[in-house]
Parts: sequence; structure tokens; C-alpha cells
Amino acid sequence: MTEISSPPAFTPPTRFAIPGRIAVTHQGASVWQTATLTEIRRETPRAATFRFAVPAWVGHVPGQHLQLRLTAEDGYTAQRHYSLASAPDDSGHIELTLDHVEGGEVSGWFHSEARPGDRVEVRGPVSGFFAWPGDRPALLIGAGSGVVPLMSMVRHHRARGLDVPLRLLVSARSPQELIYAREYGPETTAVFTRSAPAGMPVGRMTAAHLEPLLAEQPPGGWEAYVCGSNAFAEHATRLLVAAGQPVDRIRVERFG
Amino acid sequence: MNVTRGFTGRPRVHRPGLPPGQYDAGDDWPVLSAEVTPDLAPADWTFRVDGLVEEDRTWTWEQAHALPGSVYEGDIHCVTSWSKFGVRFGGVSVDAFLDAVRPLPSATHAVAYSHTGYTTNLPLADLTGGKAWIAFTYDGRPLAPEHGGPARLLVPHLYFWKSAKWIAGLRLLDHDEPGFWEQNGYHARGNPWEEQRYSGD
Repeated sequence: MTEISSPPAFTPPTRFAIPGRIAVTHQGASVWQTATLTEIRRETPRAATFRFAVPAWVGHVPGQHLQLRLTAEDGYTAQRHYSLASAPDDSGHIELTLDHVEGGEVSGWFHSEARPGDRVEVRGPVSGFFAWPGDRPALLIGAGSGVVPLMSMVRHHRARGLDVPLRLLVSARSPQELIYAREYGPETTAVFTRSAPAGMPVGRMTAAHLEPLLAEQPPGGWEAYVCGSNAFAEHATRLLVAAGQPVDRIRVERFG
Repeated sequence: MNVTRGFTGRPRVHRPGLPPGQYDAGDDWPVLSAEVTPDLAPADWTFRVDGLVEEDRTWTWEQAHALPGSVYEGDIHCVTSWSKFGVRFGGVSVDAFLDAVRPLPSATHAVAYSHTGYTTNLPLADLTGGKAWIAFTYDGRPLAPEHGGPARLLVPHLYFWKSAKWIAGLRLLDHDEPGFWEQNGYHARGNPWEEQRYSGD
């Protein structure tokens, strides 16, 4: 029998954890608190933004999400995870942007029933892997409501007046379905898959969309953040890897 | 209880086997992983067990398939609140691998790690006694890469983040060592029946 003393702390073959530079808090992860709906803004025919007052919110890093809970009169609860759309500086308030999912019991309540003054429960923020504190050049790629956590990053970038490079590539079915359409600036390139404004091509994101962004690579390279449906996330990450983006500098958030 | 005005929820159908806070995902099988799906061919896959064992061992795809096969038929539960009923995975019981390396009496926990570097921790007792598998097939077909193929850990009685995709190995330890999501605020054990979602639950 081989004599083995207690093994040292385990280090996986590649580092896959919250990078040390990203300080996230988990102190809100186990405590439910009341969030009061203060405003509803329509974004597209299918998506709306819900603004909440959460006085004891501990703050978040752009890219983090929360857990939300609705409770029926008989005690039945439904819980979902949603990405935060607001910048961390939006003190005492948070925003979520929700698609109206066909038959969705939680998104259905938000889109058909919810009105200012309603109270729900939230806890978080949770997770930190997809977080971006604003310290490194970021290449953001999202589709549909996958743009929500990326918008938190864009808003953070603007609110703090950061000069670290930031680019957003966003895919939507049509201009009408482009969430946050009014808020995009020169950092953003939109791709439309079903219908586009006159003069713009229609079709899914391709290597040609990534090429100019990867060509203007900042010193130290991009940190890539991909968010969308699983099919989109697989497609976009394959394009990134094929274009030479290092695998360990791609973070993925999938809407399963 | 904080009742949400106007919220009634889905019709209540008592579904035995559905842990608290979960819903039945039906035919859906959502994909959740924070990493790029690796391009990992069966010929390049290996599985290693080391740490507090009498003899380290690494299995190739063919060597692992030479072990007695074992099937899991039952349910799985994801911490993001979906559950999936009546799934069927084929593979090899983790017991078969552990029998070959002979864990030392001091071994109490394990870190499971993947070919991408993902980690998750488990008490050894959750991996033994026919409760865990290295799974190669789903519903009789090779496990799809996005679901962890060619091989994933399967620990169906715990939340599914414990069932590490693209499993590369288990290291046996004499202490509990938080893995990727556990360092990200998730619960150390993740028992769906006790709703052990986040640290402190």
C-alpha cells in the first residue's frame, strides 16, 4: 500500500473559477428580500423592462443574475433566475428585462398581471463567472434577450465613463425586436436574422461580423462574453474559437 | 408568506418525485454551462481517479467501456428549477472505478473535475453504493457534446451541477473542497429535496 499524506488543494488542469480580479459578494444569495415594482417599460412587442426598488440590495457586478420568487395564495411558489439589466450604480433599484415566454407562468404574470406597487421576492446577486467589473477590454456578443446582462455592462461602462474598450455585437430577428434599440451607440453592431432596415443584410451572425472586431484587438486582447439561447451560444462560441479567441477567455451564459 | 398579487401559477398537478421549488421541464433538456463546449473525441477522453487511493488509475475510452455496464433510469433536477422525469443514461457505476483504485479509509470527499477545468465537490458517500455513474449514453445514443459528451459524471440524487460534464477525473480527499459553483455561492452538497441551492440554504 502506498503511503499518501493529505493531498494538497486541488488545482484543475485549466483554471475555471471566478478570476481573482473579480470581487463578487454572495452575502445576498441566501436571503430573500422584497422587491417593489416601480415602473414597467415596453422594449419590444415581446419584451419589457421591470424596475424594482430593493432598498437592501447589496449591489452587483454587471453580468450577475438573481433568483426571483412568486408565491400564490395557497403557498405554491415559482422561482426563476434572471440576469440583471441595470448598472450597479442604480442605487436601491434594479431592473430586469423579461421576454414574454409562451405559456410561461412567471413571465406570463409579469406581462399580463404585474403593475407598479406589486411586490415579489428576490435574492442575490448570484454567480460571478459571467461578471465584468469594467477593468478589461470586453467583446460582448448577445442574441434576443441574451443582451440583458451585456446591457448592464454597457450601462456600467457609460455611467462610470470608463475608457477601456467595449464592443457589442447583438443579434435580433428584426429591428422591432431589438431590445434597448434606442440606447445603442457606436460601440454596437446589430445583426438581423429575419428582416432588416433597407440596405442591411439579413442573416445570422457570421465570421465576417467578428473579423473587424478581432482585427482591432486591444493590447492584452478581448475578454469575450456570449449570452443567448443555447443554439446561439454554441454558434457564437464556435465562431470566436475559429477566429482565434482563446477558449479560456470566453464566458458563456446560456438560456437553456 | 409573501403572496404575489394576482399570481396563481400553473395548475397544481401533484407530481410525485418533484422536489420543492422545481417544475417539470417535460421534453426539454435545457443546457447550462458557463464554458465553451469542448471538442473532445472519445479517443482523446480519459478518466483518472487519484488522491487518497491505494493505486492511481487512468482509463481510456475503451478501458472504461470494458467495465461492466450500468444504467440509470429516473429523474434529474437542476438548481435553476427544472426537473426532467424518466431519463435513461448508460455508463459505468462509479463504484466500478473506485473498486479498482481502492480508496484509503481516510478518504471522505472527492473533487470531480472536467476536461475543461470545471470542478465540483462531493462527499464520497454520494458517489458510492450505486448512486453515481460515468455516463456515455443518453436514451441509447452517445451523449451529445453540449450535454457533457463523450462522458459526464451522473449523480442524479443531487442538483445537476454536481454531475460534471466532460468528466476527466475524481480526486479523493480527506476534507471537503468547494468546486466552481460552490465557490460561486452555491451549496456545498446540493440536495434537491432539501432545496440546498445556495450556501446557507
